[in-house]
Order: sequence, then structure tokens, then C-alpha cells
Amino acid sequence: MDKMMMKDILKAYGPSGREAQAAEVIKQYVAPYVDEVYTDAMGSLIAHKKGTSGKKIMLSAHMDQIGLIVVAIDDKGFLRVSNVGGVNPIIATAREVVFENGVKGVTYFENTSKHGVNEAKMKELYVDIGCTSREEAEKKVSVGDMAVYVTNFVEMGDRLSSGAMDDRICCAVMAEAMKQMKSEHDVYAVFTVQEEVGCRGAGPAAYAIEPDLNISIDVCSVGDIPECDKMAVSLGCGPTVKVMDSSVIVPPVVRAFMEAAAEEDNIPYQREVLRGGGTDTGAVQRTRRGILSGCVSIPTRYIHTPVETVDIKDIDNAVRLLCACLKRKELPHR
Amino acid sequence: MLRRLEELSNINGVSGDEGKVRRYIKEAIKDIPNVQMRTDTMGNLIVHKKGQGPKVMLAAHMDEVGMLVLGVLDNGLIAYSQRGLDPRVVVSKRVVIGDDMVEGVIGAKAIHLQTREEMKAALAHSELFVDIGAKDKDDALKYVKPGDHIAFTTRFKRLGESKVLGKALDDRIGCAVLMELIKNTYECDFYAVFTVQEELGLRGAMAAAYAVQPDAALILEGTVANDTPDADDASYATKLGAGVAITFMDRATIVNPNMFKLLAATAKEANIKWQPRQTTSGANDAGPIHQACAGCVAGSLAVPCRYIHSPASIADINDINSMYALADAFLKNKKFNEVL
Repeated sequence: MDKMMMKDILKAYGPSGREAQAAEVIKQYVAPYVDEVYTDAMGSLIAHKKGTSGKKIMLSAHMDQIGLIVVAIDDKGFLRVSNVGGVNPIIATAREVVFENGVKGVTYFENTSKHGVNEAKMKELYVDIGCTSREEAEKKVSVGDMAVYVTNFVEMGDRLSSGAMDDRICCAVMAEAMKQMKSEHDVYAVFTVQEEVGCRGAGPAAYAIEPDLNISIDVCSVGDIPECDKMAVSLGCGPTVKVMDSSVIVPPVVRAFMEAAAEEDNIPYQREVLRGGGTDTGAVQRTRRGILSGCVSIPTRYIHTPVETVDIKDIDNAVRLLCACLKRKELPHR
Repeated sequence: MLRRLEELSNINGVSGDEGKVRRYIKEAIKDIPNVQMRTDTMGNLIVHKKGQGPKVMLAAHMDEVGMLVLGVLDNGLIAYSQRGLDPRVVVSKRVVIGDDMVEGVIGAKAIHLQTREEMKAALAHSELFVDIGAKDKDDALKYVKPGDHIAFTTRFKRLGESKVLGKALDDRIGCAVLMELIKNTYECDFYAVFTVQEELGLRGAMAAAYAVQPDAALILEGTVANDTPDADDASYATKLGAGVAITFMDRATIVNPNMFKLLAATAKEANIKWQPRQTTSGANDAGPIHQACAGCVAGSLAVPCRYIHSPASIADINDINSMYALADAFLKNKKFNEVL
């Protein structure tokens, strides 16, 4: 994995519905290795490498990250916000955030006299951008603008932590796979939009592409941290082959295809049953007359916080697993 | 337009029972030149004015919040089912049931008989019943059947200098504005779609958008106004009289930022009063429309309505006119070309 690319993709600004900057960064990295790159009406970035088999494989990873949207600016210049995607107000309190135009701010919550941060509600959250009046604030930020956590990047040996792992690390995985892969099929790497607000971008992209197979790449929770829900997925033990999440039951033929690809190339993998949370996998599956759809996940600790943590071995093996799938002649079929 | 709104507001068209509204609209626009209409299997009225250029779809929903007869009790009272109605606003309201418009009232225990605790607690829908004056179950079943729709009876009124009061302003305002827009000629392939079952979860629009496959869409809706005395800067959402509201995000759509900016710029340019819709709550037909097929760019214009989803809402005529003016400017000046 090209670490420079990984960092650039992680650091790009791109909450749901505002993915243009992230798309631009990804485009620079992926364009040299594909035949065409374009954007659809929803904003998804599509990198297409032509093949000869007449079959189409779609890969999909979402570019958007969770964020905050300004719904009102008060007369003291504080920005009142609402969540974009699954933001926990307690975790979103006391954070450094940044807007699309580079304006920085910090978050806190009102009613500090009534309760502590452990009871902070989304309605109480605000962003302080250092202004003292509405007029001053309106020069920097408008209602409808979105902010994201300022992206950190922490290296702890093989383990990496950042606020944008979900799902930029998988965008990086997909970009790297497009660079390394060999396939006789048409391959469409789709960097989707608006997954965090209900998997809205993947369906329209799949509708236009009409692939024979889709493989989504996303993050999944793990069961290897203290006192968490039981789950047979651990960091560093390989990317997962998804069995099920709340949006999809992966068809056994698709799982068998992916597992056979992994075993043939001696790539470690784990089976994933994700209790909560949906992914683009399901949205693609239910497009048109139904599309065979599977998912590779990167085991990730502390999802939807500024310290989402992954293992570099899983990332490299996810790239290998995608390449192993793409090089196969026979695609799964019913 | 105001006369149309009055007539539209007075028609009953609870979600799933939009036939009367649809017939009214069809009749009213049938003589406009170059108009082709069809009703799809869901009940959406799809009006097409063929033209050169991109496919632009405007949509407003015909349905209103209301209730459905669930069953009749032995004593002749009628149990109902509903969606989108606050039980606290329906108590003591007059309603009509079914095609025969059987009159009734939603009753509750008289104040004399309530305990202190009962007075404090709000009643749930399951504790409320419609009374049509029937003497028992058999008598009631002569007039109503399970599955009949129940609508409020509020008559449309002008209030003060510039306000209107009515039921179903959400979204007959959008319907009235859209009917007005159909009369004009725009340089695009123009679709005006009157959708069904929006209040049940944006159901009709999904099918209509699949059939139309627009390049760009604009939704005309009635929306929450919370400009009450205790609402501060951060919580009023929209204000009556402050202009047409432009949506940047709700629960079903993050409006393409170019579309949001374009609508705001178009309003400024044409000197039309507008306000951002300062909340992300609520959802409208833009959700399914912008995700249909390969996706499209969809925006929303909204007229602020106080007491929305109740038997009587209030809106400002100036905001309605602003919505018309902004939608018209968007189409007339071919602004849609800038977001494709």
C-alpha cells in the first residue's frame, strides 16, 4: 500500500453529499491505471478498466464520512448543527472540526449548568468558529455548510488510527487494487457517495453499470476489544468475507467465490456477521433485477469516532483478496 | 392560484385515497395546450409537456394526513389507524368518513370526569374514537366500513392581510403552484407529477421517478414553521412571511450543494424573498426521486406552514407567491442546465 496515497485519501474533506474534494484526490491516484474516470449524477466517482470477457465486475467503497451540518447561526456567532450520518453527540463534543473552505472550529454543548457531557444531545451541540456575531460568522460559513473532524493519523506499529478510516481506508484499498490487479473482465471501481445517510449513492451507480458481480469494501466492527459484544472478528487476522449485516445476506455463491479466491492465494480471511449497520452491499444487491453482491471488510475498532483503528496487514491482504477475485475467470452465478 | 388552493384544500384526499384531488387537477388542466396526462398504477398523475432540452420533473404530492377506519366497537364507536398525526391535535375535531362523507367527531372523556392524572396525560390514538352518532355496531356499519378513509373538515379561509388557513395545505399548496406552472411554456421536456402516498413514506414518487427518469427535479412542498414565541434562532426551522424556504438537507435527501446555491442565487437575482429551511428533520419526495434509476439532481422549495400535520395549518400568501416565482424563474431562465 502506497502510504502517501493512503494519507492523502484519509485527509481529504468529504462528508455525505460533499464528496467533491475527496473525489478529486482519489481521481488523481486512480486515473493512471484505468481507461476512463467519470462522475455520475449523484457524485459517485467511477474508474473503469476495460476487459475482454464481456462480464462486468463492480467494486464499491464509499467516499463520504460522517459530519455535522450547520442548520442555524445564532446572534453570538455560534453555529447550531445537526448530524450527517451516525454521529454520537457525546463523542462529537470538544472536537476540532473543519469546513470545506478550510474554516476551523471547535465543538461543545449548551446546558453545561444542567448536565454533564455524558448527557449531551445533538440539539445541544454547537460549533464555535471564533466569531462574536452572526454577521462575522456568516462571512466564513453559511447555513447548509458541513464540517468534519480534523483528520488525525496515528501510527502504532502495524496499527493505524484516523477519524476517516470509515471508509476512506477502503477507497485507498480499492485504488491500490486497481493499480495492481489483472482481470479479463470490465472492472468498475465505484467510489460512492452518501453511504452514511442510508446507502444512497451505490444503487444509482449500479443501475447505470449493470454489473454481473459487485464487491463492496467497507469497515466492520470487531470483537477483540475489552467488554464488547461478541464477534468472531479481530484486527490483524485478515480482511473479512461478509456473511450478513443489517442491509444484506450475501448469497452463498458469492461468499464461496471470494473464499476460494482467498484460499488459492493463501490470503488470510475471517467470516463476518455484523449485527448492526448496513453497507452499500445491500443497496447494490436490490438494484434492477437483483445483482450478485458481496463484501470485503476491514476489521475496525472504534467506528464513527475520531480514532477509528485498523491493522495494516488487513489492508494489504484486502488488496490481495480483491486482486485474487478480479483475476478469476469464472464469476459466481445462480 | 388562490381560488385553486381554496378548492384543493377543501377536497379530501387522505393518503391512498387521492382520487378526488386527481380528478380535480385533471379537469382543471385538461384544456391547456400541449398537455398529455396519464395516471400510473400507483395513482400518480403524470403530466407531460413535450419540449426540447433536458427532462425536468416538478413534483407535488396530492395526499394529506388523515386516518383510516380500523373497526367498529360494539357501542358504535369507530377505532382508527393513522400516520403522521399527533394524537394531541385530533381530540374534539370534526371529521368525515368515506365517499359518503359521514360526519363524526373524535371524542374524549369530558373534563368533569377526568382525574388530575388524566388531565395531565395526553391521550394516545388507541384511546381515541370517532363518534358518528350510531346506536351500536350494526348501526355504524350501515354507514362506514373498515378501510374507509377519514378526513378533517376544516374549510379554507383567508385570515388577516396575507394568511390562509386550511387543512391539507401540505401539500395542496405545491399542487396549486404546480398547476399554475403548467400553463407556462419552458424550454425543456417538462413533467409535472402529482404524487400519491407521500405521507406514508414517499411511496408514489418512487414509481413516478422510475417512469419519468428526469435529469433534474424540483419538489414543491409545505413544510414546518416553528416561528412561535418561544422559538429561538436555532429552532424556528422556517418563518411565515420570510419567503419560500430552500432545502439543503432533510432525512431523505442531501440536496446537491450546487442545486441549493443555484436556487438561492436565482432567488436573489429575481428579487424573490427566500430563507434556508433551517432544519434537517422531515422528508419529501426528493428522496426517492434523486435516487431513482441512475440518479438525478433534485432540489426542494417549501412554503412554511404553522401547525402542519394538524386539522388546520396557516401559511402566508406571499410565501406561496415566492414559491411560484422561484420555480418559474428556475424553469424560465433554464437554470436546470447549470446543475446537469
